[in-house]
Amino acid sequence: MSILVNKDTKIIVQGLTGKTGGFHTEQALAYHGTQMVAGVHPTKGGTNWTGSHGETLPIFASVAEAKDVTGADASVIYVPPAGAADAIIEAIEAEIPFITCITEGIPVQDMVRVKARLDRSNSRLLGPNCPGIMTPDECKIGIMPGSIFKKGNVGIVSRSGTLTYEAVFQTTNEGLGQTTAVGIGGDPVKGTEFIDVLEMFLADPETTSIIMIGEIGGAAEEDAAQFLIDEAKKGRKKPMAGFIAGRTAPKGRTMGHAGAVVSGGKGDAESKIAAMEAAGIRVSPSPARLGKTLMEVLKG
Amino acid sequence: MNIHEYQAKQVLKAYGAPVAEGVAITSADQAEAAAKQLPGPLYVVKSQIHAGGRGKGKFKELGAEAKGGVRLAFSIEEAVAHAKEMLGNTLVTAQTGEAGKQVNRLYIEDGADIARELYCSLLVDRSVGQTAFVVSTEGGMDIEEVAHATPEKIHTIAINPETGVTAENIAAINAALELTGQAAEDGTSLFPILYKAFVEKDMDMLEINPLIVMENGHLRVLDAKVSFDGNALYRHEDIRALRDETEEDAKEIEASKWDLAYVALDGNIGCMVNGAGLAMATMDIIKLYGKEPANFCDVGGGAGKEKVAAAFKIITADPKVEGILVNIFGGIMKCDVIAEGVVAAVQEVGLKVPLVVRLEGTNVELGKKILNESGLAITAADDLDDAAQKIVAAVA
Repeated sequence: MSILVNKDTKIIVQGLTGKTGGFHTEQALAYHGTQMVAGVHPTKGGTNWTGSHGETLPIFASVAEAKDVTGADASVIYVPPAGAADAIIEAIEAEIPFITCITEGIPVQDMVRVKARLDRSNSRLLGPNCPGIMTPDECKIGIMPGSIFKKGNVGIVSRSGTLTYEAVFQTTNEGLGQTTAVGIGGDPVKGTEFIDVLEMFLADPETTSIIMIGEIGGAAEEDAAQFLIDEAKKGRKKPMAGFIAGRTAPKGRTMGHAGAVVSGGKGDAESKIAAMEAAGIRVSPSPARLGKTLMEVLKG
Repeated sequence: MNIHEYQAKQVLKAYGAPVAEGVAITSADQAEAAAKQLPGPLYVVKSQIHAGGRGKGKFKELGAEAKGGVRLAFSIEEAVAHAKEMLGNTLVTAQTGEAGKQVNRLYIEDGADIARELYCSLLVDRSVGQTAFVVSTEGGMDIEEVAHATPEKIHTIAINPETGVTAENIAAINAALELTGQAAEDGTSLFPILYKAFVEKDMDMLEINPLIVMENGHLRVLDAKVSFDGNALYRHEDIRALRDETEEDAKEIEASKWDLAYVALDGNIGCMVNGAGLAMATMDIIKLYGKEPANFCDVGGGAGKEKVAAAFKIITADPKVEGILVNIFGGIMKCDVIAEGVVAAVQEVGLKVPLVVRLEGTNVELGKKILNESGLAITAADDLDDAAQKIVAAVA
């Protein structure tokens, strides 16, 4: 099993006609036949998109129309920042069950508006400012490099794109492989938090261990740690390794990700590491030892 | 993006918030004319730098007995004397670091009779994904200390973006700040004004510390610290115009021209990385092996050869840098593009310090080939651990 996406997931692309959206749609189509079924563009409805290897997808004028015709149950958004919030809201209003927004640089107030709309819907949003989600050999949504994945049983959840790749690569090299890797994104206001993904990994019988990668800023890691402690009391527990980026980051400075900032005396790495360790997660001091650390946990 | 206090007050005043009259000056000659425009007889002379703790700060050039970066004056002559002493000198506060910041601008403001000092800020509360007021009766103090010592004295009131500030929200804020009578009436108009300014101008943080109740019962914004969401500046030309580049690090300004996420730090190992998380992790692993990073630098996913070369040049131009670590895990970013950018930059500006490069991911073999064939003195690394150990050893 996997979580959220599998070989049956049908995906439409908002922002397919841009350079980034086009490139990654080609990559997704080439990855074990991920079912990319359509693109959306307000003025190019009725035309076809053609990729650089001759791939074609129909373009619809709206998400609602694309969903009606193709039966899509997911959408991925590559729309530039100024229009990304409206693209997400369009997908929510079209009742797309699973929406992934890759776009980096969306104004926070736009996401506050999106979040309010999302809370009144049945859609799940992943991101924004995230690398997407991958279930090895089945489905690739977003920008993760497919070549480093291997089907297996580690669930990976991370706020950082490139650290997700590190975790994937290292668990592949250890021979463990992944069930699903989920990048929840580096923005302060986002659709899916650690807790949501951890709940799904705990419930998934094929996921037998978990890697969780956090970073400075906010309290999502502390919240997740408390969630894990509460679940463990109910007998739900899986071996976990983790990492927190930003131990050396200065206070008050935003470190690339809009959400990666220690402010008002909150969100520093040490308190996150302490909370995760208290929840039974083995936190690696080195980002180069995620796979090895998980192996140590598994060997007991 | 940060702005000065006097600019923050102008922004808030335009929305109707009660701020004192004041005049910004950049030379002591302007002090007398500035003070004469104000009602008096009490004046406040305030250093305008992008750092907090100004009142308790000390001027490097003036000795320990001299007054701090925010001073009261009881006459125009005294205001002028303060201005002469403060302008051009270096103010060291808890937030500036030891180097301090040169005071190039003062704000001379009408003084107020203070009955109570309160704390009021707005920020986006990520736990609920809404803009929230954070308020406390303990104004005029370091709010982090208040939060640590007496967390029960800090109240957070989140605002639903679909309703805006409601009567219930106002009542909750007034109650938390223990405002009654005239002050509560002022709060009823002030809090929606602050929320409107925050949302419309895409502020990242709006901090009023203190918000005061004056002897006459009215509220006044005595100090204001505002920063803006960098991702929203594209839609605020008026706010972009308030940027003061003299307050920023020259390397960070150059980096921002290239849309690079770069933060200058104090160590001596320069880093160039793709991805914010990996860039932070690279800093962390340098520290783990006993050295300090000279910078945070995320070249991003879509960087071309020119942007990579620009990043490399900014890093090599830092005189503190004694070694450079390039760490790339190519997803969108292709390793050959990184390699080409690094080679181009080195050919242009030379390479005077050790360089360790770790490449992984998309087009990794091509990237390694470009570096090998360049004939440059580059140390290749197998993984992040290996890379960090090699650069630390090379600099030691």
